[in-house]
Amino acid sequence: MSACFKLRRGLDVPLKGSAHPMATPLACSPLYTLKPGDFKNITPKLLIREGDTVQAGSPVYCDKENPRILFTAPVSGTIQKIVRGEKRKITGIQILAHQEQMQEQFPVADPEKLSPEQIRELLLQSGCWPLITRRPYGIPAHPEETPKAIYISCFDSAPLAPHYDFTFAGSFEPLQMGLKVLERLCPGKVHLGLRDTTSPHSVFRRLPGIVHTFSGPHPAGNPGVQMHHVCPVGKDQVVWTLTPLGLSIIGKLFLYGIFDSTRMVAVTGPALTRTGYITCHAGFQVGALTSFPLKDGMQARIISGNPLTGDLVGPEGFLGFHHQQITCLPEGGSRELLGWARPLRLNKFSAARTYITYLAPLLGKTGRFSLDTNLNGGERAFVITRDYQKVLPMDIFVSHLIKAILAEDIDKMEKLGIYEVLPEDLALCEFVCPSKIGIQDILQKGIDLMIKEMQ
Amino acid sequence: MKWIEKIIDKIKPTFSKGGRLAFLHSTFDAFETFLLVPGTVTGKGSHIRDCNDLKRVMIVVVIALVPCLLFGMYNTGLQHFLASGPEEDLPGFLSVFWFGFLKVLPLVIVSYVVGLGIEFTIAQIRGHQVNEGYLVTGMLIPLIVPVTIPLWMLTLAVAFAVLIGKEIFGGTGMNIWNPALLARAFLFFSYPRYMTGNNVWVVDGTSGATPLAALAEGTPLQELPSWTDMFLGFIPGSVGETSVVCILLGAAILLYTGVASWKIMISCVAGAALLSLAGDIPVHYHLVAGGFAFGCVFMATDPVTSPQTETGKWIYGFLTGAFTVTIRLFNPGYPEGMMLAILLMNTFSPLIDHMVVSVNVKRRIKRIASHG
Repeated sequence: MSACFKLRRGLDVPLKGSAHPMATPLACSPLYTLKPGDFKNITPKLLIREGDTVQAGSPVYCDKENPRILFTAPVSGTIQKIVRGEKRKITGIQILAHQEQMQEQFPVADPEKLSPEQIRELLLQSGCWPLITRRPYGIPAHPEETPKAIYISCFDSAPLAPHYDFTFAGSFEPLQMGLKVLERLCPGKVHLGLRDTTSPHSVFRRLPGIVHTFSGPHPAGNPGVQMHHVCPVGKDQVVWTLTPLGLSIIGKLFLYGIFDSTRMVAVTGPALTRTGYITCHAGFQVGALTSFPLKDGMQARIISGNPLTGDLVGPEGFLGFHHQQITCLPEGGSRELLGWARPLRLNKFSAARTYITYLAPLLGKTGRFSLDTNLNGGERAFVITRDYQKVLPMDIFVSHLIKAILAEDIDKMEKLGIYEVLPEDLALCEFVCPSKIGIQDILQKGIDLMIKEMQ
Repeated sequence: MKWIEKIIDKIKPTFSKGGRLAFLHSTFDAFETFLLVPGTVTGKGSHIRDCNDLKRVMIVVVIALVPCLLFGMYNTGLQHFLASGPEEDLPGFLSVFWFGFLKVLPLVIVSYVVGLGIEFTIAQIRGHQVNEGYLVTGMLIPLIVPVTIPLWMLTLAVAFAVLIGKEIFGGTGMNIWNPALLARAFLFFSYPRYMTGNNVWVVDGTSGATPLAALAEGTPLQELPSWTDMFLGFIPGSVGETSVVCILLGAAILLYTGVASWKIMISCVAGAALLSLAGDIPVHYHLVAGGFAFGCVFMATDPVTSPQTETGKWIYGFLTGAFTVTIRLFNPGYPEGMMLAILLMNTFSPLIDHMVVSVNVKRRIKRIASHG
């Protein structure tokens, strides 16, 4: 049932600063943070207090609505601070890491000898469950539901994204074990999405499962886009998605009986003097990265994740639970005299042909830009909506969907495909929008509304 | 160029909240963002953005209109001198151009001053930022009216187009009809004597009919200006619409930059060509006569008032072309059909989109069902 899909629409933003493929040993920071905000639709209920000691894999908080879903500590240490935001909402739980790391031990088991219920229980206990994202809505999976399929995209096509063939080069066993576990939860319906250029020696080529191959620019690597072609999500349907990272963490749980959130992270971006990969735990403090200095005198924005969808964390911030990328961009606070009227503007990229730089990707590596965070214009009403379709390889009318969300028309949102998309899928639409409309934010609001109305 | 930034920073507090001229905030903001691309950085969502914005899109359209405007100025002078004396007495190129320039310039100035004045005032009242949409509309209006139009009439038309055509719906991006065409329609129905029939072209006491008006009155094809003249544009007509060469130049700019939809242009020509088979006037005359080429390139392709779906654009363009020729051929009242055809299809754009979207909804439901 495997197939090859050629996606034409999309855009690879030519950004400077992709990660130099050189790995460094495990990087440690004194402080780690669990951010409940990394998971949508979760109300954290604390299971610890400030001053408590936790081991890697000990539960820290659970979901108030669904107390079976536990969120566990990535490292062993002392709970230093519960950070609260507006209305006392918990925004972070800081753990001061111990010198010597202790792991919570879970039973090492062969998934084929466990019942699906036992597997679920182990995933929930160990804090691996939130690695499974549920479509629609992009929220942690519900422990009681059975999906129609499980989908894993084995490449990330976002700007400056880590190269999974490199980051998972030594992880064949955990990945294979992870797939075995998922196979028990949803037999015969585990799909893998590979890039056509994935090397024949890549670990992903050796994994069992229903393999689909995709070619084309970003967002071809997004699970939502791939699922749209392979197993689209409709009303009352559920598909689970995982990243290869989630797969390997689950694999390690069943192989070694530990919750091991280490991952290889690409440190990227045009604001850095050098780029590369590091190995670290979830919740790693970005400021501890001293080996990747910023360019002299540059005011930079530090993002956990990719430049299109990542979270602004700043130098004191922490790596997100799902993230395998840290991006540093120059802040674009400067003004430009008559910028919009300049014929060339060679230092700025546009996918629209109103600027000559749309041709830059043809130049290969030399045609890359040090893009900053300037909005490059002011927010306006929808005028040119055609551009959205050009960067979305899905049969979905973006402007109509967004307008249905703005009108809070649930019926239309449903019909126009809100079940199939997450903000990350429309991130490029937001990038190219000449009216500078916050499409991801609007879509997230629409999804939140759907969750509220459908309960 | 730092001095400009310095001046702006210096006077900004006067126009900001609490300042003496705070009520002119939107106006100041419009001039500030016109001069300097603001230093606003991205907040939520994508951290990087394309450098294309609406100002850029609009300026591209204005540039695409420049050949038509310049030719329109020359042609105005040319038609004047042709009407007032024998061809041998024609003065030099510059004199002809200068005459036309002086005739057309007031139209452009009135259009921009009145239109932008209303836009600024309304943005001010609403506390919004001033939208760039009028940059294009303001250039289009003088190009689609006869040069002889009294300025007070133009003022009324512009006010009507901006207020009733656009602002009443919420401003640029929300309007149903193309505002520039609405201005023309307003003139057309309010002051028909100036806009249609055989007295359109009155330059200093001499009058002449446009080819379409002549055709409607039954003048045989042979007595009209030659096809080449109509293609090159040396005929009487509204300021910017006569020269198909200049329009094609504009079309090339719009298509290269991807600002206008080639689907609408092609299907519009196809629709007109097909329907013209029903009449006596050959296809190639229809395409160069009257406002067809101008409307097809600059008006029908307006991204706000044309359908937003790609399939919808094919349907819309085709029907626009077809209706234009239908009106030309079968409606004795109006010699020109482009304006009415586009306005009619503007009205139907949401319906066309609705149909295309409904098909998409059904197709998606089927696809999801087929995947289990």
